Amino acid sequence: MIRVEGLSKTFGSLEAVRDLHLSVPEGQIYGLVGPDGAGKTTTLRLLCGALRPDPAGKSGTRIEIGGYDLLSELENARAQIGYLPQRFSLYEELTVLENIGFFAEMRGIPAAEWRPRCMAILEFVGLVEFTNRRAGQLSGGMKQKLGLAAALVHRPKVLLLDEPTTGVDPVTRQDFWQLIIQMVAESRQNGGSASVLVTTPYMDEAARCQKVGFMRLGKLLVEGSPQELRQQLEGRILELTGEPLEGLRRIAGQIAGVESVQRFGERLHLRIQAGQQEAVSEELSTRVPAEGGVLYSLDRAAPQLEDVFMSLAESEDE
Amino acid sequence: MLNIRLVSLVRKEFIQIWRDPRTLVLILVIPVMQLFLLGYAATNDVRNMPLAVLDQDRSPQARQLLDAYRAADYFRIAYDVDREADLRTLMDQGKARAGLIIPPGYGRQISEGGPAQVAFILDGSDPTVAATSLSAAQLIGQSLATGVMAETLARRGQPGSLQLPLDVRTQVWYNPDLISAHFMIPGVIGMILFAITSILTATAIVRERERGTIEQLIVTPIRSWELIVGKLLPYIILALLNTLEVIAIGAWWFKVPVRGDLGMIILLSGLFAATGLGIGLLASTFANTQQEAMLTVWMTLLPSIFLSGFFFPLEAMPPVLQWLSYLMPLRYYLVIIRALLLKGVSVAALQQEIIALAVFGAGIMLIAALRFHKRLD
Repeated sequence: MIRVEGLSKTFGSLEAVRDLHLSVPEGQIYGLVGPDGAGKTTTLRLLCGALRPDPAGKSGTRIEIGGYDLLSELENARAQIGYLPQRFSLYEELTVLENIGFFAEMRGIPAAEWRPRCMAILEFVGLVEFTNRRAGQLSGGMKQKLGLAAALVHRPKVLLLDEPTTGVDPVTRQDFWQLIIQMVAESRQNGGSASVLVTTPYMDEAARCQKVGFMRLGKLLVEGSPQELRQQLEGRILELTGEPLEGLRRIAGQIAGVESVQRFGERLHLRIQAGQQEAVSEELSTRVPAEGGVLYSLDRAAPQLEDVFMSLAESEDE
Repeated sequence: MLNIRLVSLVRKEFIQIWRDPRTLVLILVIPVMQLFLLGYAATNDVRNMPLAVLDQDRSPQARQLLDAYRAADYFRIAYDVDREADLRTLMDQGKARAGLIIPPGYGRQISEGGPAQVAFILDGSDPTVAATSLSAAQLIGQSLATGVMAETLARRGQPGSLQLPLDVRTQVWYNPDLISAHFMIPGVIGMILFAITSILTATAIVRERERGTIEQLIVTPIRSWELIVGKLLPYIILALLNTLEVIAIGAWWFKVPVRGDLGMIILLSGLFAATGLGIGLLASTFANTQQEAMLTVWMTLLPSIFLSGFFFPLEAMPPVLQWLSYLMPLRYYLVIIRALLLKGVSVAALQQEIIALAVFGAGIMLIAALRFHKRLD
């Protein structure tokens, strides 16, 4: 499990992470989302001991990783971690097998033990045919899978994944998530259940996590299950279609009570202030025909995580 | 028990070196290239200097003088000119490095018992070469003069050999033929050891940072000292192989004598390599990119080459530079390696230098190890 209390990190005058509290119980996949520069990567680096946190403030800083205190038992805590950095961090000159072997041995696992386990992992991530190919010659998606394999070889209790699917094709992205979910399920069967903390810029990926935290400017603004988060905006999203779409968009933007207008393909999503749904619907129905437009449909839509985070980001700006 | 992490780290380093053609060339070819370049090019030996001759006399005596110059292989009579202006042009253009003017009436003056005068002109742009040429030119002239004098005396009826009142018998030890290569090659060994260990170690560590592999390495429970030793060991092995390579080629091709104990040479070379490794390790803690690492190492490499007595004798330097030279580990190693190769002295004679090297090695390593952190910040 992961438990973080009062974690802060400052680079010069930049507060990359501010008083972070977070916990990921065993068997859970926790998604950390947020725009670039929110402090997600810094958080993961702090959690694996690659960066040193700011000296503890009043509250006291605690990082607990798989039962060890990272700050006082660094190497014991690190031994529990599987880490997949954002940037490919294996050796391009080494083959797939050599890379996994190297990182297994760095963790003190002898060849007799890692070899069979490694083949199982390669099979699991679908790299068996490429065992003797050099890592530098793998595609982006395969490199990420290799990274995951190397991070899993010592059966970590804590898996830290930093934007694992950035720059990976959509099919591989699906594979990758299947792998993570399957890995957690298998670890649950084997008794030693793993905690996964994953950062992602993709909302559809965040929706697959059991718990999601939204980070912005170093602060964790809100967390909860995707369902809980979506409920915050229940009933406040209107979806409309019509012509001309740009005209509709302009009109919607002028109506009081509309917080934001977003275009998704041939549809518009409006976020409405709480309690204003009826008024906005009526005004749209009258103004659009009056200005020469056609409204095909106007319905309530289920809020997406994206809507939730947009509204959080905006309220934070005000 | 064998440390599995250490073994694995060293093996990985060797695989990386083996599969990276650039590093491989750097390690295998550059030392040999440097050896040949410096063995041949960086020589102070004066040989076959192009000489322009303006013989205005054309007498048998003048020919005898020219023969004397021809016989010693310091000079090569490259030009025979008729006018002084031509000689000047050749010197200006650098085609001739020296000029000899034999004035009219030289032969007559010699046969009349002298004193006859010739003018010897030298291109002094390169003082070292000029100094050697100057003494060579004078020696050739003097020995001829002695011969002529003896002849003259004999003709005047005073037979018997001419005895000069003072005879300095010189003996040159260790490098009797004064071959520059014999002096240079031990220096090349020192330079290569230092350059290979410091540059390769620094870039090997910084490369992990540059490519992001350090992030994965940091998370493994490997200890800092294991990481340091695992990174240094491969390069110390390579540096010692290079030492053997250069000594072997030096002995076989340049006929450099290897008079000392080879085991001791390797042992002390390893001690010296430790300082290079330390500097590489230290540089890696400052640099973020391989280029920065290279530059940092170069900054230490250049002064240590110039202030170590590699090219220029330390005794001739101003006192400040002489003091600075004591800070250059290469200085001590050059004394050691030259003494072991050329003089074959025992280790006891080199005690001071060995202690100095050990102190430097341990000091630099300690500072570097203290600065080396298994972290990103």
